[in-house]
Amino acid sequence: MLRLQPFDFVKPQSVDEALGLLAKHGRNAKLIAGGTDVMPNLKHGLYQPEIVIGLADLAELRGVAIERDNQEDGTLAIGAMTTLEEIESHPLVIAHAPGLAQAAHAVAGPTQRTMGTLGGNVCLDTRCVWINQTHFWRKSLGFCLKKDGTACHVVEGGKSCVAAASNDTATMLCALDATLVIRSARGARTVAIRDFYKPDGIFNQRLEPDELLAQVRVPAPRFTGGATWSGYAKLRARASIDFPKLSVAAAFTTDAAGAIDDATLVVSAIAATPRLISGIAELARGGRADDLALLARLGERAQKVTVPLTNIDGDAAWRRQMVPVFVKRAFLAAKAAGAATAV
Amino acid sequence: MTVESKLLRLHVNGAPIDVAAPAHWTLLEVLRYRLLLTGSKQGCDKGDCGACTVLMDGRARLSCITLAADAVGHRVTTIEGLVTSAGLDKLQQTFDEAGALQCGFCQPGMIVAARACLDRKPEATRAEIKEALASNLCRCTGYTKIFEAVEQAVRAGKAAHIGGPAAMAPTASATGVAR
Repeated sequence: MLRLQPFDFVKPQSVDEALGLLAKHGRNAKLIAGGTDVMPNLKHGLYQPEIVIGLADLAELRGVAIERDNQEDGTLAIGAMTTLEEIESHPLVIAHAPGLAQAAHAVAGPTQRTMGTLGGNVCLDTRCVWINQTHFWRKSLGFCLKKDGTACHVVEGGKSCVAAASNDTATMLCALDATLVIRSARGARTVAIRDFYKPDGIFNQRLEPDELLAQVRVPAPRFTGGATWSGYAKLRARASIDFPKLSVAAAFTTDAAGAIDDATLVVSAIAATPRLISGIAELARGGRADDLALLARLGERAQKVTVPLTNIDGDAAWRRQMVPVFVKRAFLAAKAAGAATAV
Repeated sequence: MTVESKLLRLHVNGAPIDVAAPAHWTLLEVLRYRLLLTGSKQGCDKGDCGACTVLMDGRARLSCITLAADAVGHRVTTIEGLVTSAGLDKLQQTFDEAGALQCGFCQPGMIVAARACLDRKPEATRAEIKEALASNLCRCTGYTKIFEAVEQAVRAGKAAHIGGPAAMAPTASATGVAR
């Protein structure tokens, strides 16, 4: 039995009320959306909030829509409280960002996706085999850097926490160059998701204690004469409930003849931030996304800079060997899903 | 910090019920230890195993990682609530007929998750059934008979919600009587 430590619980009825509560309680408050990550972590004593703020009633943070900034540009605007199940099955997401639908579908099992939200997945805490354990278990080992301790059990003598970003949708949103709308009682700001994460396993998000992630904005493909593609691949022990041992997202555009114009590859579940692999566009340009020799070269490039640690289940050397396999699968998943619909 | 109980106006198995519980209690704790509805099982207690699955507004929900206070304003249905005056839920019958259990611990969660699936997809295929039950772990049956039980419910009158009088005495785990 895992009991929660006592806290107060409030359920604001508007975003402004939630922001007011956050401004008042700051670090003593914990937000809860679907609860699928926060609740187990609370039960493990990873957070000790005085007050938990339930966001479930905030209908204004839910929903998917296409917003047109002007005649040419379109954005897929997704409320942070939209559930992962809604994302994976939403016609607009499937049409304009197929890779995001795939990544949402890859999170945990169906019941967790009915509860869990996109905002919650973007703000998922980092994971490590030494931290996602009961308080008793962690105490028996003298705790660790991430919470209550001073030592790292992954990197001997390590002084910075290496717990890994383990959110499937974040990998894909980085590949799609999404932006996040973050609100506080002080106002609203927009940040590129590629700048949102910082290399600190203790807390990997550039999010102040009074701030709340309100919306995720994904650029929708434009009419270019070519096509836009995105695909996601995930290494995990079982096809249902597990966090990624390796998370790979690919996004690319092709010209009218089907040759790759531009390509982005992101690998995660390795370190505290999703990693954008450099040089992919140069390697891929002019090639075809189903050319296995090209995909092998892209996989090799990703593998070179990807060094899995022992902080996630599964042999680290094996996970590294799997990098090219899952790079290939991400590109092939993009092809299998079909080109995204331009707006 | 003094821990005070709050009055929660829940709606469980078709009826409103007021219950006093501290703010940090989960829905599963309130169901089991306040309302004595012990059909929903406390397994991993952190949202991995699905033994605690209940319906909230008809959708499957892990009650061990849902705060009871978060269930206020929603209709909660537990394994006990699937039994009505008209008899057992069709799935409770077919799980018994198919012998879809060994120890029975996962069964309430399996049946509730299957109910959520069939309410949305009355003609669910084997693949859809497997996907819908992917959040529910069983450590003894190997799942085959569980999937067969759900398929049997699909076939039998295309999953009419109420199954009528049971042909045989149901096992205690299928009805939630097993504590």
